[in-house]
Amino acid sequence: MTIQLAAFYFFASISVLAALGVIGLRNPVHAVLSLVLTFFSTACIWMLLQAEFLALALIVVYVGAVMVLFLFVVMMLDIQVAETREGFVRYLPIGLGVAVVMLLEILALIGIRAMQVVPPANPARVDGLSNVAWIGQALYTEYLLPFEVAALILTVGMVAAVALTLRRRKGVRHQFPSQQVQAKPRERVRLVSMPAECKEEPKS
Amino acid sequence: MLSMHTLLIIALAPLAGAALAGLLGRQIGRVGAHSVATLSVAVSCVLSFWVFYQLVWGGAHSFNENLYTWFQVGSFSAHVGFLVDRLTALMMVVVTFISLMVHIYTIGYMADDPGYQRFFSYIALFTFSMLMLVMSNNFMQLFFGWEAVGLVSYLLIGFWYKRPTAIYANLKAFLVNRVGDMGFVLGIAAVVYFLGTLDYAQAFQRAPELVGRTIQILPGHAWSAATLISLLLFAGAMGKSAQVPLHVWLPDSMEGPTPISALIHAATMVTAGVFMVARMSPLFELSSTALSFVLVIGATTALFLGLVSIVQHDIKRVIAYSTLSQLGYMVAALGASAYAAGIFHLMTHAFFKSLLFLGAGSVIIAMHHEQDMRHMGGLRKYMPITYITMWVGSLALSGIPPFAGFYSKDSIIEAVSNAHLWGSGYAYWSVLLGVFVTATYTFRMMYLTFHGKERFRVDPHAVKGDEHASHEPGVLAHPPHESSWVVTLPLILLAIPSLLIGAVAIKPLLFGGFFGSSIYVLPAHNVLAEMAGHFQDWESFTLHAFVSAPFWVAMAGIAVTSYVYLVKPSLAGRIAKGLGPLYRVLCNKFYFDELYFALFAKGGVRLGRGLWKAGDSTLIDGAMVNGSVSLVARLARFFRVLQSGYVYHYAFAMILGLILLLAGFVFTGHA
Amino acid sequence: MITLAHYIVFAAVLFCIALAGIFINRKNVIVLLMAIELMLLAVNVNFIAFSRYLGDVGGQVFVFFILTVAAAESAIGLGILTLIFRNRRTINVAEIDDLHG
Repeated sequence: MTIQLAAFYFFASISVLAALGVIGLRNPVHAVLSLVLTFFSTACIWMLLQAEFLALALIVVYVGAVMVLFLFVVMMLDIQVAETREGFVRYLPIGLGVAVVMLLEILALIGIRAMQVVPPANPARVDGLSNVAWIGQALYTEYLLPFEVAALILTVGMVAAVALTLRRRKGVRHQFPSQQVQAKPRERVRLVSMPAECKEEPKS
Repeated sequence: MLSMHTLLIIALAPLAGAALAGLLGRQIGRVGAHSVATLSVAVSCVLSFWVFYQLVWGGAHSFNENLYTWFQVGSFSAHVGFLVDRLTALMMVVVTFISLMVHIYTIGYMADDPGYQRFFSYIALFTFSMLMLVMSNNFMQLFFGWEAVGLVSYLLIGFWYKRPTAIYANLKAFLVNRVGDMGFVLGIAAVVYFLGTLDYAQAFQRAPELVGRTIQILPGHAWSAATLISLLLFAGAMGKSAQVPLHVWLPDSMEGPTPISALIHAATMVTAGVFMVARMSPLFELSSTALSFVLVIGATTALFLGLVSIVQHDIKRVIAYSTLSQLGYMVAALGASAYAAGIFHLMTHAFFKSLLFLGAGSVIIAMHHEQDMRHMGGLRKYMPITYITMWVGSLALSGIPPFAGFYSKDSIIEAVSNAHLWGSGYAYWSVLLGVFVTATYTFRMMYLTFHGKERFRVDPHAVKGDEHASHEPGVLAHPPHESSWVVTLPLILLAIPSLLIGAVAIKPLLFGGFFGSSIYVLPAHNVLAEMAGHFQDWESFTLHAFVSAPFWVAMAGIAVTSYVYLVKPSLAGRIAKGLGPLYRVLCNKFYFDELYFALFAKGGVRLGRGLWKAGDSTLIDGAMVNGSVSLVARLARFFRVLQSGYVYHYAFAMILGLILLLAGFVFTGHA
Repeated sequence: MITLAHYIVFAAVLFCIALAGIFINRKNVIVLLMAIELMLLAVNVNFIAFSRYLGDVGGQVFVFFILTVAAAESAIGLGILTLIFRNRRTINVAEIDDLHG
């Protein structure tokens, strides 16, 4: 047993246990934290696969941003735990049954042959590059257009999230600076032309 | 020699006249319209006579050329072309001459009609169509002409389109003709199928190949190809030439203006069938069955529809039924393989029958559009020219020597008596009795119209307003008077050939080989050749009449009629009463109209209603349209239960599908 | 040595746990969303493993894009979640059946 294999089993078992925690824990906050642990352990496994850039990206972007977003939402919403746990025991057997069947099927499909596949030399090293340079070269040449589309999707996602949650409350006083700037004196003051009034002079 | 240009001018001049009178009628006015149309037909007529002269005396050869290729599909092609031989030339002369006479006559007859230009356009168009029909050198163009004359006939029967009876009549004519034309088209198709060509010359050349060929229409019944082709083509002739049982349209066609009755429904169009059969003689000669059929149909028409004529009161209907009967004679001649005699009778009949129709038209004008003979009588002193010319026509029709009709009809009767086909005995007795009938109705018509007491009265105050409006029958605003010269001139011009043409033409036409190769007769069928053995000249033929049966039968008819209508006018009614059932059958024209109405009109309505109810409402609307809608609705009612709206149900369905997919991979071994 | 099978089996286990999570927590939308994140993670593991063992950069690039889209998805999903909660005061999926036909 090499050190890598030992590390793999270590991280994999943590990851699986944490994943079980995600679906099994009663408190949503604990579940999210458990998910963070799963991601973190998986990132370590990616390190073992020498995919350093993605492993770090997963930790920094995903764990750092997305999971914290989850955490915020869970904490923000006032969730009755009892209500959301309704039916947990009832559906446990069927959920486990389906999962086990699926797992057996996948294992049958993976087969024995995959056991013999050993990793070749690191392709990035063969080209004399680091992992980041390796991905970067592919991303900015061959995959340039999908990369830009991905950027667009992120932008749209952001706009959509903002637009979805935006609401105007009634009874809140706002300033409208643009309208204030655009105000013109002509619209505020009205000049009326009137004939001069004079006292009626008696005719002599 | 005949040049293509001459023939083109003959055919196209009337078309140009029709186009000018019809399209520019309002610009060129009444005089312009009738001048243009009459002039164009006159040009055609003169050139036709010239062509006839060239062919008969000038030594010119027959003209047979394609002018234009309409389309070509592989080895099969359709052309526009002319075949002008003596048969065609004779028809051209007859058609253009009668057409010219009718044009002149129309100037007087239709003088007050608001549709004057339209009428001239139609009759000039008719002349063009008829010329295309007779001058054609292929079946396609023949069919074009055939349908074109049918169309003009339809338009002209319904010329007074505000009369419901006219519209009914033209629809009837059109529909009945469709029945015949269906057969005609199938016949042409059969010609193409068996002979592979539309061209007359090629088809006739290949015709002997038909012998022995058969076709199975119903399984187990082999039909001779020649019989099939001939019968189908003859079905077309039965429609166009109004043979039993497709005759019902012709009497009703008298709703059209009288000049039309003379031109189209007596002299030319209705004889197209006779011409066509004569032209197709190489095909008909191959089938004795078809010839027997033609003979029996013709003889039946000749006798029985002549009988109907005896009981008619409308002067035009008398002549119309007479036309049917005379067409029957022509067809009987064709059936007896005496094609030349049929064409001969066609020619003489064209002259004297158009004369009779135009004379009847003249009488009708004089009587202010009264057509019922019961309100006529004694007209001879008012309109002498009409009286005399109509007598010429009547004697020709009755077959009294030396008038034209005698020669043609007598030759037909003799030809039929010489025929050896199945049914020729029946045919002989029918045509012989037909002579009696012909004489009877002809003289009855003349006596009722021109002789006896006047059965109308003249009362200037009885008719107010429009002279043509319906009024009390038998009351005239003015006394009848002779028609103007444009009416009487054609009568006189037609009376001359009615009197003379038979004696002049019998020898060359029947026995002199006039038609040459235009008409083909098998030696075994050649009855005219048998007759030629004892024919010397027209004088001896005439003298021979006085010892032959037809003459004396005709005289018997004349005698009976004269006694009944001149000596004892009251007898007619008593005879009618005495022959009650027979009289009723004749008055109802053998119940053909009632039969067809019950069978086809009502049957068609019932069939249509059945299809509407069962096919349209139930099957299409019910089962297919509403059925598919309700099927979708029912399916949707079932499937909407599956749409619970809970997201996890959808997720569950997805996962289930995924598991099944994976299972598929696992068990088939494809990863 | 760590073979390819190790990683794939690991990914399969993660995936099936997420699957079971969807079945068990059918009331709580947040857990559903997290289970989906887990599934995507399992798929990403597969991608990276294959990329490494086949020497193809495409797998890793793909994971990059999946991360992008998953981030956008969870942002919008959480947005919708807050909206639902705001309007209905609940995140119980069993009470949300607007898709019912």
